[in-house]
Amino acid sequence: MISNNSSRYFNISKKVLMHVIIYALAIVTVAPFIWMLLTSVKGMEEIFTYPPKWIPSEIHLENYKEAFQAAPFGHYYLNSLAVAITVTIGQLITCSLAAYAFARLEFWGRDVLFYIFLGTMMIPYQVTMIPSFMVLHWLGWVDTYKALIVPGLASAFGTFLLRQFFLTIPKELEEAAYIDGCSRFKVLWRIIIPLSKPALASLGIFTFMAAFNNFMWPLIVTNSEALRTVPLGLAIFRDRYLTDWDLLMAGSVTATLPILIVFFFAQKYFIKGITLSGIKG
Amino acid sequence: MKQSANNPLNSKKERKNLYTGLAFLAPTLVIFTTFILFPVFFSFFLSFHKWNMFSANKSFIGLSNYIKLFSDPEFWRVLKHTVIYTFGTVPLNMLFALLVAIVLNQKIAGKKFLRTAFFTPVIISPVAAALIWRWIYDPNLGLLNYFTGLLGIPAINWLNDPSAAMFAIIIMGVWKTFGINMVLFSAGLQAIPDSYYEAADIDGASTWSKFRHITLPMLSPTTFFIMIMSMISSFQVFDIVYVLTSGGPLGSTKVMVFYMYEKAFKFFEMGYASAVAYIFFAILAALCLLQVKYMRTKIYEVT
Repeated sequence: MISNNSSRYFNISKKVLMHVIIYALAIVTVAPFIWMLLTSVKGMEEIFTYPPKWIPSEIHLENYKEAFQAAPFGHYYLNSLAVAITVTIGQLITCSLAAYAFARLEFWGRDVLFYIFLGTMMIPYQVTMIPSFMVLHWLGWVDTYKALIVPGLASAFGTFLLRQFFLTIPKELEEAAYIDGCSRFKVLWRIIIPLSKPALASLGIFTFMAAFNNFMWPLIVTNSEALRTVPLGLAIFRDRYLTDWDLLMAGSVTATLPILIVFFFAQKYFIKGITLSGIKG
Repeated sequence: MKQSANNPLNSKKERKNLYTGLAFLAPTLVIFTTFILFPVFFSFFLSFHKWNMFSANKSFIGLSNYIKLFSDPEFWRVLKHTVIYTFGTVPLNMLFALLVAIVLNQKIAGKKFLRTAFFTPVIISPVAAALIWRWIYDPNLGLLNYFTGLLGIPAINWLNDPSAAMFAIIIMGVWKTFGINMVLFSAGLQAIPDSYYEAADIDGASTWSKFRHITLPMLSPTTFFIMIMSMISSFQVFDIVYVLTSGGPLGSTKVMVFYMYEKAFKFFEMGYASAVAYIFFAILAALCLLQVKYMRTKIYEVT
């Protein structure tokens, strides 16, 4: 009886300890975000207070206005959105088509081609970055939207992810459609795509976020301010406003908030995408 | 795969199949050939040439770029920084990821909230994240020095002290990426059948021995995969270095991709930068091979 009680006591305290540790870790993980958010609405004198003061006594929303006046974040936004949305839609289309060919069509050389595809997933983009830039240079596309969009319109990873998903769909569903005289394309569009919504959603979210947050590629292929995306604009903003922390944090909030909102709503798909990509090894 | 005699493309049906297949693949193939396949070969070709990109002629210089690279002390320094970053982040990253995944695999209140919290750093822009950390690392007003000050540690100029800057990047790198591995570990943990633990419970096994003799061995393929993948992505670190320190102070945080970027897009030494890219590629390919080899031995063990 006594030992039973003490072991239960031990179990409860273990449970409490586990909660304390994990919540402490979670707070440390999100603290930088909270700090960013709070700094972005602080007045100058409170930013320069030491020891740091967490809660501002007054909310200075005009920091945002000032940040948007100091750099055209609205314009950067439109650029990022336009690029990310185009790349996402484009990739969903090209990857679905290619994935269907690899999953369902039988033709000469298919498997060799598929292995080449798989192989290219192991090539880090730093290796292709320099010649890709030259290709854009030869095409006269450097410093245009095309440079930001076109190279992202296909993906070996996306093709692979969708192919794996398509393979899990029973073939019988399509056979009836063929008997009715549907074309290959119609079968893909009417049967496979509607059944693959979760996989398409995963790929879509994944691609959108990667394209939205991409920094290195816009840094390399654009010069003019008119083409700047949010991450690039923010990095250049940093060089000019080195320690204007209120403005820098207001800029960071604008860069992160929409992505966070998208993520909170589509978390399930995003996490599934990561787990699926984990299988590729 | 179909095995037809002689030339399979002689039959009309086979030819039609090929055309259909190629039609579906066409958009992908065009982009792929232009921006992946051609570049892979072209950068290999370039690595044997001296070319500043703007002059019309590329002069063939054989292995000179590679020889220059291996005798350049800066290359070795940069490689060293990249290795330090990798070996600094990966173990910490995996430790946190595993710890969190294990706890989240138990009965815990607010699991969904916790998972979101740990994953948030992964999804936001590395540039914005690095800006937040620049503020946290500020030597005079930063949060970190405030907290370490409470523990009696003297103020550190995190990003401007050559001996502290890499450490600062490592901390931020762990924070930014451990959420991915948490998700992968969680998937690995969920794949372990409950019956193993139930059997161990009947035998009266302790929590530790269950972890040591069931969780760890069952998780080892996942762990190895995560280790290799994290090493590969740590080797590619660029964005956060660019924003936090731009490779400084005194080049103490200059990593390989940053070096490559500088050579190619600041000094336009395209041939030399391509040689750096290929050495970089070779290192990552070696890591990949390690993963493939390990997977194969695992599969043989099972079958």
